[in-house]
Amino acid sequence: MILCIRVDESQLVHRSVYLANKIAWAAFTILFVIVLNFFLFRILPGDPARAGVRDPRLTAEAQAAIRTRFGLDKPVINCFTSLNPLEPGDCAVNPLDTQFFIYAGNLLRGEFGISYHTNRPVVEVLGERLWNTLLLIGAGQILAIVLGMALGILAAWKARTPVDYGALGFSLLAWSLPTFWLGIILLFWGSTYLGLPVGGKSTPGINYANTWEELVDLARHLFLPSLTYTIVFLGEYMLIMRSSLVDVLAEDYILTAKAKGLNHFQILKDHALKNAMLPMVTIIALNLGFTVAGAVQIESVFSWPGLGGAIYEAVNRRDYPMLQGAFLLLAVSVIVANLIAELLYGYLDPRVGVE
Amino acid sequence: MPEPLLRVRGVRKLFPIKAAGWRTHAQRVVHAVDDVNFDLGAGEALALVGESGCGKSTLALTLLGLEPLTAGSIRFEGQELAGAPPEVWRLARRHIQMIFQDPYESLNPLMTVGEIVAEPLQVHKLATATEERRRRIMAALDDAGLKPAQHFMRRFPHELSGGQRQRVAIAAALVLEPRLLVADEPVSMLDVSIRAEILNLLADLKVRRQIAVLFITHDLGTVSAIADRIAVMYLGRIVEIGAVNDVLTTPQHPYTQALLSVVPAPNPRLRRQHIILQGETPDPVNLPAGCRFHPRCPVAIARCHQVDPVLQAVGAGHAVACIRTTELRTNTL
Repeated sequence: MILCIRVDESQLVHRSVYLANKIAWAAFTILFVIVLNFFLFRILPGDPARAGVRDPRLTAEAQAAIRTRFGLDKPVINCFTSLNPLEPGDCAVNPLDTQFFIYAGNLLRGEFGISYHTNRPVVEVLGERLWNTLLLIGAGQILAIVLGMALGILAAWKARTPVDYGALGFSLLAWSLPTFWLGIILLFWGSTYLGLPVGGKSTPGINYANTWEELVDLARHLFLPSLTYTIVFLGEYMLIMRSSLVDVLAEDYILTAKAKGLNHFQILKDHALKNAMLPMVTIIALNLGFTVAGAVQIESVFSWPGLGGAIYEAVNRRDYPMLQGAFLLLAVSVIVANLIAELLYGYLDPRVGVE
Repeated sequence: MPEPLLRVRGVRKLFPIKAAGWRTHAQRVVHAVDDVNFDLGAGEALALVGESGCGKSTLALTLLGLEPLTAGSIRFEGQELAGAPPEVWRLARRHIQMIFQDPYESLNPLMTVGEIVAEPLQVHKLATATEERRRRIMAALDDAGLKPAQHFMRRFPHELSGGQRQRVAIAAALVLEPRLLVADEPVSMLDVSIRAEILNLLADLKVRRQIAVLFITHDLGTVSAIADRIAVMYLGRIVEIGAVNDVLTTPQHPYTQALLSVVPAPNPRLRRQHIILQGETPDPVNLPAGCRFHPRCPVAIARCHQVDPVLQAVGAGHAVACIRTTELRTNTL
């Protein structure tokens, strides 16, 4: 009994070390991303003072005023007045009076800045947009995961039969369709034959009689972009689920389970699926991280007011605070999704994390 | 004569293969197991010996109902299993258990040792009381040589050595208290140093628990440690069967003689002349006419090309499928 407890304790220590290690790496990666984001957008050609206002009559004085207001007249960092065009500058300036350290200091205080274009706090704009994106992606991902897995399981169970070939063909097709093209086709089909709205999140200028009406309107707007998203991701999930399950079903422990007397359903539920889910967990977690940004195409086609659209606009306007905020959000969500996948893996698969 | 525990008659397993041509209708088949007959008594151990691809593993899978057989009869305790409905098989599986070759593959990596051993009880709804179940699991682990049992209960397969894993597989088979254990190459994936331990364990279980063992191997050197009788298989058919002592000391079939001649003997004075078989095992799709061993047989004569020999008794419980047995024996005497 004492032996048992000791084994458990050492495993607990292993797990904590594993956890601390992973979290430390995640923090380090985020720090790196913050630095990279800052310099990346300032190396890009373009000037926020001119890109924001598309008026050729904008005077030099007005541009200078805009620069002063946003603090863009300060040196980017010691020794560099500007990165594009590259202008070496004074190295003896107070570091705290450079753009980089002002940005870093603000971040430490939890301030992400004010959008140059909308004059609203970045956090507020991103929060609003993120919610819309999560709504779209949440609906699409859940459908894609459920349908993709179901189709993958069916195909693996009926491997090398017409059912399998049909499901494989469909999934490969769905997977290889260009997202924007599929979106345009569905938009055309849905708006023409189903009378669905062509874009946006709600009907403009409408006054809802009650919450129910508002929800129905939202669902009608959500349907086509979510469907596009589902079809695009369903193929990937199906293919991975199928190949993973086919591999597992060929394992000897499945044969052992049959010899023990388990029926097909028990084998699938107790032995095959649990093992086949391991690669699926990784893919799902990683996709969730990336798709916060990955919905740009769908959001553009359907004029969905999400994060992808916001990033697209911010790039065009060289809206540095928005870009920095959005990219930081994307990086953090990818890193957190990775971290969750790894931790979940350590929990689901006893072979991981215990050396 | 009382019915033996397991009675195998005329068992055939043919695997159809897809025709290469688009419009070829001629169905070609692999003769994996082709007319196999043998009996196995309660508490008896029969070793099934043959080179890889001779159909011994396929035979094991058909005996467990994991591959439907093409023809023949399998009677277990008087109950016909060939073509039997799933309920009959389910009941039979409680008494027929199997151990596979590779303990690194045959254990589910996500289940603890305790769960793996408990599963057969759950499946067959036996020992439903927690205490009773725990007692049986511990007893099985203990009997399989995993001591102290509770130390292993919460371990995962990856934390164990190959020998320990095979013991877990054995414990999972033992927990149902089976009457027949089919062991398919149970030691071939293990280090040589622990093979003897596992073989001794199986031999010990056979005696103590009166379990009949069908021991499948390609290694004649491991046979005498456990088996009472030997059946030698060649290309899906038994060519010689008899008591271990008879077959090992006076092999009658040229194939058995060739197999035995290359088993390393510890005593160099007893070293025999090695008989190295020429050529390769014939394609099980296009079996040679007559005796299927004749293309490689060192003593084949013209008649072997035409006559397909059947098993014929040459002594008490000793049978050989070779038309020249009597003739060759008189010559050597």
